[in-house]
Amino acid sequence: MKKNTLSLFLSLVLAGTVQAETVFVTLEKDNALAVVDPVEGKLIKTVPVGRRPRGIAISPDNKFLYIATSDDNTIKIFDAETLKEVGKLPSGDDPETFAINPAGDRLYVSNEDDSMVTAIDIAKKKAIKQIKVGVEPEGITVSPDNRWLISATETTNMVHWIDTKTNAIVEYTLVDPRPRSVSFTVDSQQLWVTSEMAGTLMILDAKTKQIIKTVRFEVSGVTADKIQPVGVVIDKDRIRAYVALGPANRVAVINAQTFEVEKYLLVGQRVWNLAFSPDQKRLYTTNGVSNDISIIDLDNQTVTKSVGVGNYPWGVAVKP
Amino acid sequence: MRLINLSVRIIVSGLFIILLLGAGSVYAKAKQVINIAYLTQEQKAPPPLSNLDPFIKNKGVSGAELGIDDDNTTGEFTGQQFKLKKFIVLLDGNVADTFNNELAKKFPFVVVNLPADQVNRLADLPTAKQMLLFDVATVDDALRNEQCRSNVLHILPSRAMRADALAQYMMKKRWTKWFMVTGATQEDRLFADAIRRAAKRFGMEIVADKTWEHTYDARRTAQSDVAVFTQVDDDYDVLVVADEQGLFGEYLDYRTWIPRPVIGTQGLIAAAWHRTHEQWGAVQIQNRFKEKAGRWMEEQDYAAYLAVRAIGEAATRTKSGDAQRVKDYLLSDDFALQGYKGNPLSFRSWDGQMRQPVLLAAPRSLVAVAPVEGFLHPKTELDTLGYDQPETQCKWDK
Repeated sequence: MKKNTLSLFLSLVLAGTVQAETVFVTLEKDNALAVVDPVEGKLIKTVPVGRRPRGIAISPDNKFLYIATSDDNTIKIFDAETLKEVGKLPSGDDPETFAINPAGDRLYVSNEDDSMVTAIDIAKKKAIKQIKVGVEPEGITVSPDNRWLISATETTNMVHWIDTKTNAIVEYTLVDPRPRSVSFTVDSQQLWVTSEMAGTLMILDAKTKQIIKTVRFEVSGVTADKIQPVGVVIDKDRIRAYVALGPANRVAVINAQTFEVEKYLLVGQRVWNLAFSPDQKRLYTTNGVSNDISIIDLDNQTVTKSVGVGNYPWGVAVKP
Repeated sequence: MRLINLSVRIIVSGLFIILLLGAGSVYAKAKQVINIAYLTQEQKAPPPLSNLDPFIKNKGVSGAELGIDDDNTTGEFTGQQFKLKKFIVLLDGNVADTFNNELAKKFPFVVVNLPADQVNRLADLPTAKQMLLFDVATVDDALRNEQCRSNVLHILPSRAMRADALAQYMMKKRWTKWFMVTGATQEDRLFADAIRRAAKRFGMEIVADKTWEHTYDARRTAQSDVAVFTQVDDDYDVLVVADEQGLFGEYLDYRTWIPRPVIGTQGLIAAAWHRTHEQWGAVQIQNRFKEKAGRWMEEQDYAAYLAVRAIGEAATRTKSGDAQRVKDYLLSDDFALQGYKGNPLSFRSWDGQMRQPVLLAAPRSLVAVAPVEGFLHPKTELDTLGYDQPETQCKWDK
């Protein structure tokens, strides 16, 4: 009875904020997921999800959340509405980062310790192929046109171009040391890659697979070794891109046409991962050391709020 | 006939264009083989001081093997194959003979895991002139200064780098009055010299300076001798011990006359690598190493890993297995190696020392990483550790 009242109450609350999106943040050290209302700027609740949750993504139809629970050696599937666990995927050991294809029927996981990428059929919950890549694969993404699966390997310093039809590596590009995050422009023409060690952002042409531009960052009062670029996102119209600079505690705002750095926004400590709001008017950042997320108003290019979420916020996903 | 020829030509030039354009196509490439030798000599096991840490006979070699695996994973894509051959000279064998007979002219790169007095003996052999040696065992400042050789690169941080790392952290803590305790060996005196140099550089005061002349017997030494020995006239903040072999240093902590922490070769130590280190992806390599070797990664393993990875990285970027080209690249500003310590690693062009952060570790906790925040340098803060370019005594022709 009590439970029913509670869920009734919750659905009323949810119904009240139906216009706004929900932000989900994995909390690596709390074994939980933080649920945030970004418009109110409030933590709604935290839900236990499994041990050491890191990578997180929402299905293209916004119905399911996928969360890599690293110490459980699996990727769990949750109903994005009720947050009830509805299944598990065979990710291999210690899953951290993964990517979903645009159709939402394939999920690709980096198996860091085994130098592998595992392709999973989501409907069948089965691994269909293991692809041998360089040492310590981390950053992974699928191009919006579903042509390429990209795996970046941190120790081999390579970006591998994998054909999604054959699941075979077709080409590679040598990049700056310790590549972390990979992200395509919406038109699939460019691949943006961050290098944690060199402190750079590289823009690769998807046709030639060559680096066409290397962007460097300089923040006054911050030593070069603190600038460790990780997460990178590019807006729909390729007007601006945003790069999380790790322990530099800044997000760099980049003109996505000229590749000039326009601005640095001060956010929380050790900023790692980024996600847009569905209308791309806001950007959400996970700040691993200050245990909060920052909300950036992109129209005004200002940080409007930080919301405490729990210990070691890692990944972020947004449901409209 | 002519038509056929033309179409053949189109196909051929089409292929040519594909080869030129691709960032790197994965298949159908002839392998370029790069040969690396690993050279060491059997060691006599020292008398055990305690049963806590077993004597490890093969420090270094597992690191080199892990490095070659990583090199070859890259090589699978770039069409290079890295081969590691191990040479372990017997206890009574002659290292120079092995070098001349088995390594010379066959291996452009040699990972050398040998004591300081052997390194230059090899580097000066006429056959070594065209080779590049990677010293993965010594910490001697002399080998990086007046005795430097242009065909030797040093991977481990020197004693001066370690002493500077400790001094930076002590300065941050404002523990500026030091009591120096030095063991009886030549190595201990060299470490103490590095500590004195660091004290001078960072404005520390050595208020007492004594040599350990007691026994190395735990039963006697620990309780009575240490308390008596550490009664000195002036108050001090920390006791700095120089005991590289670990003959008495472990007995000092908790037994000093007044309650003071111990740093140096025991207590808080300065290390290239340590089992407590987990940041910057270090967990990954700690796990990969443990799986391979069945034990923790030691400093020499880490150094051998870096040496082999440095060769791999330079060979990949230069597409060459030539010792001179690899060396030029390693000493250039372009070279940046991921070493799981935050900053990219590189080599100092003036003495061949690998530039790197130094870990400050207690037995079960990583206390700090040097360079400590706030110690500034016009080029890179990593050069606040050890002999910087203006101070170097090394004169070599690159």
